[in-house]
Amino acid sequence: MAKTYDLNDDSVVVIIGSGAGGGTLGNELAQKGIDTVILEAGGRHEIDAFENDEWNMFSKISWLDPRSTSGNWRVAKDFAGLPAWIVKAVGGSTVHWAGASLRFQAHEFKVRSTYGEIAGANLLDWPIGLDDLAPYYAKAEDKMGVTRTNGIEGLPGNNNYKVMKAGADRLGYKQCHTGRMAINSAPRDDRGPCQQIGFCFQGCKSGAKWSTLYTEIPKGEETGKLEVRPNSQVLKIEHNAEGKVTGVLYADAEGNQHLQRARVVAVAGNSIESPRLLLNSASAMFPDGLANSSGQVGRNYMRHMTGSVYGIFDKPVNMYRGTTMAGIISDEARNDPSRGFVGGYEMETLSLGLPFMAAFLNPGAWGRSFTSALDAYDHMAGMWLVGEDMPQESNRITLHANEKDQYGLPIPVVTKSDHPMDAAMRKHGVAATAKCYEAAGATDVIELPPYPASHNMGTNRMSAKARDGVVNKWGQSHDIPNLFVSDGSQFTTSGGQNPTLTIVALALRQAEQIGRLLNERAI
Amino acid sequence: MRTVDKKTKVSRRRFLQTAGAGTAGVIAVAQGALVMSPGGAWAMEVKNLQPSTMATLIQMARDIYPHDHLADSYYAKAMIGYDEAAGSNGDLKQLLQNGVGELNSAAQAAHGGNYLSVPWEEDRVALLKTIEAEAFFQTIRGGLVTGLYNQPELWAKFGYEGPSAEEGGYIDRGFDDIDWLEA
Repeated sequence: MAKTYDLNDDSVVVIIGSGAGGGTLGNELAQKGIDTVILEAGGRHEIDAFENDEWNMFSKISWLDPRSTSGNWRVAKDFAGLPAWIVKAVGGSTVHWAGASLRFQAHEFKVRSTYGEIAGANLLDWPIGLDDLAPYYAKAEDKMGVTRTNGIEGLPGNNNYKVMKAGADRLGYKQCHTGRMAINSAPRDDRGPCQQIGFCFQGCKSGAKWSTLYTEIPKGEETGKLEVRPNSQVLKIEHNAEGKVTGVLYADAEGNQHLQRARVVAVAGNSIESPRLLLNSASAMFPDGLANSSGQVGRNYMRHMTGSVYGIFDKPVNMYRGTTMAGIISDEARNDPSRGFVGGYEMETLSLGLPFMAAFLNPGAWGRSFTSALDAYDHMAGMWLVGEDMPQESNRITLHANEKDQYGLPIPVVTKSDHPMDAAMRKHGVAATAKCYEAAGATDVIELPPYPASHNMGTNRMSAKARDGVVNKWGQSHDIPNLFVSDGSQFTTSGGQNPTLTIVALALRQAEQIGRLLNERAI
Repeated sequence: MRTVDKKTKVSRRRFLQTAGAGTAGVIAVAQGALVMSPGGAWAMEVKNLQPSTMATLIQMARDIYPHDHLADSYYAKAMIGYDEAAGSNGDLKQLLQNGVGELNSAAQAAHGGNYLSVPWEEDRVALLKTIEAEAFFQTIRGGLVTGLYNQPELWAKFGYEGPSAEEGGYIDRGFDDIDWLEA
C-alpha cells in the first residue's frame, strides 16, 4: 500500500537518501502523517539478493561512482578512486554496517570546552549535549533493538571475541564485552536472532541486524504516507526568489530528469554526497552553494582515527565465524591527554574474509612477507580501532575542476590529512591492541593501514552560530529554513564511537522538530 | 574445535584440462598452443598470447604471491583471463608481450637465460623488483588480488570456509568453539 506522489505535489517533504538518517526520518515523518518522498540513488536489493560473497556484494551495493582523493592519508595512494566504502542502495550504509551502537560520551559534545584550543584543529562544541540527545538515544536503542539496553541480552561471544577477552583480562581491562549491537540476540520486532553467519558487511541474510531497508522503510510505507523512489540520483536542489527550496532535480534509472516539488528538503546522502549536492546546487543567489554563507559546506571532513591489528596464533582461531563486530574494549575511550592526544578510542573485533583480507592486508605489497601473513589467515584474530579524529578546515569535500560524472556534474574530491593528534592516537591504539594479543599468546602481530572510510562525518556541521557551521541544533540550515541535513555530515565533531546510533537519534529528534515547524506553518 | 581440512580435494575448473591434482613448485612449460605442467597434471590452451608468454605470466604470478601450498593450476587460473582479454584489447596484448619480453631480456643479461629458466625464486624476485613500479607489473599484481584470492576453490587451503548462510551460519558449527585459550 505504499503511496506514490505526483511530481508537482509541493506539499511533500523530500528526503535525499534512505540510510540511517534518511530512512529513519522518512518513517518518523510518515508515522506523524506527513507526506514524504525518499529519493534513493541506488537500487532496492532485499535480503534475498544478499550474497555471502565479499566482492559480489561490493560490486552490487557499493557507491562506485567516480571520486577523487588528495591529502597525506594512505587511502589516497592505495584507493585513489575509492575514498569511502559506503552503500548505494535502499537502506544506504545500514545494509553493510556492522551494528555497533554506542552513545557519545558527554564530553564528546563539548570538545572545544574540554580540550581547549588545539593548533590546526577547527574544534567546536556541539550546540546540543548528551542530555538533549539522551531521550532520543533511548528511543533509538529500543527501535533498533540494541543489545545490553532495554533488557536485551548481549550476543554470545565468537572465537574472535574470546581471544580479545583473554587478552583484555590479562591486561586488566574492565570494559570488555560483546558490545551494544543492533543485532537481535533473541527474536524481536518480527526479526529473528543472529545465526552467527559472519558476512555482516555483505548484508544480513537472517535480518537479525537492524537496517532501514527492512525495518523503518516498510513501516513507513505501510502508513500510506511514504514513497521510496529507488534509482533516483538527485542532481540539484532548486530554490525560489525568497531563497527557500522548492524541489529537487533528479535523474531516474534511464537518465531521464524529473523535478520533484517539495515543501521541505532533507539531505541525507552521506558526508561526501551531501555537501557535494549543496555545492552543485549553486545559483546566482547562492554562488558558493546552498546553505554555505559560512563557507563551511564540505569542510571539517572526518572519518575517525582507524587502523586494524591482527594477532597471529599458533593454533586456529577461525575469526570469520560469527558476528563480525560483537566484541569491544572501551577502557581506552576516555579523554586522557596524558597519553599524548585528546579524546579516546574504542577497540572492536573485526574480521574479513580471505578475499578482502588479501585486498586490505597491505595494499600494493607482494612477496613472501605478504603471503606468509596471509597463510596464517585461519590463525588470526582481528581488531579495529575507532577513535575521535580532529576536524580540520582543510580536510574537505570539493568539486573537481574538470572531471565530470555520468550526469555531467563535477565529481567530488575528498581531501584528508591526519592531524598529529590522529597519528598519536593511532600509534597508541596499535600498541595497545598488539599488547592485548600478545597477552593472549600471539606469536606475531600485524598492522593493517586504514582502508576506505565507512564512517564519514562533519561536512555540514552543526553549530550554535551561523558563521561557524552549516546547520543549527536541529539540523536545519542556518540560511534556508526549509532545508535540513539529516545524516552524519551534521556531526560537529566525530566522537570516538561508531556513528550510526547518533545519526538515528538525531533523525528522531529532527523529525519531531520538522513536525512542529510544519504544524506551526513556520516552514 | 572444528577445523578446516586444508587438504580437501577441490573441484577444478573445466578450462584446465586436468589429468589429476596439480603439482606445486614446478614451472609451467609451453608446447604448441598449450601451456602445461611438466608432469601433464594440467594444461590449458591459449588463443591470443604465445604459450611462452602465458607460461611466464603464470610463473610471475607465483613469484608475486608465493604460497607453497598452492599448486600452479591456481596461478594458471588467475592468469587465463588475460589470453581472452588480449584478443579484444590490443593495448593489453602489447603490454603483456612487451612486459614479458623485457623481463626475459633482463633475465638474459643477469643469468644467461629467459625468466622461466632462472631456477631460484629469490633471483626471479630480484628481476621483478626492478619493474615493480611499471604498468605491466602493476596490472598483473593488481589483477591477482582478486584473480587469485577470490577463487572459491582455494579458500579451504587457507582455512576459510566461504559462504555460510546456506549452511545455517555458524551458530551450530563452531562460532565459539575455540578450546585452547588459557584463562
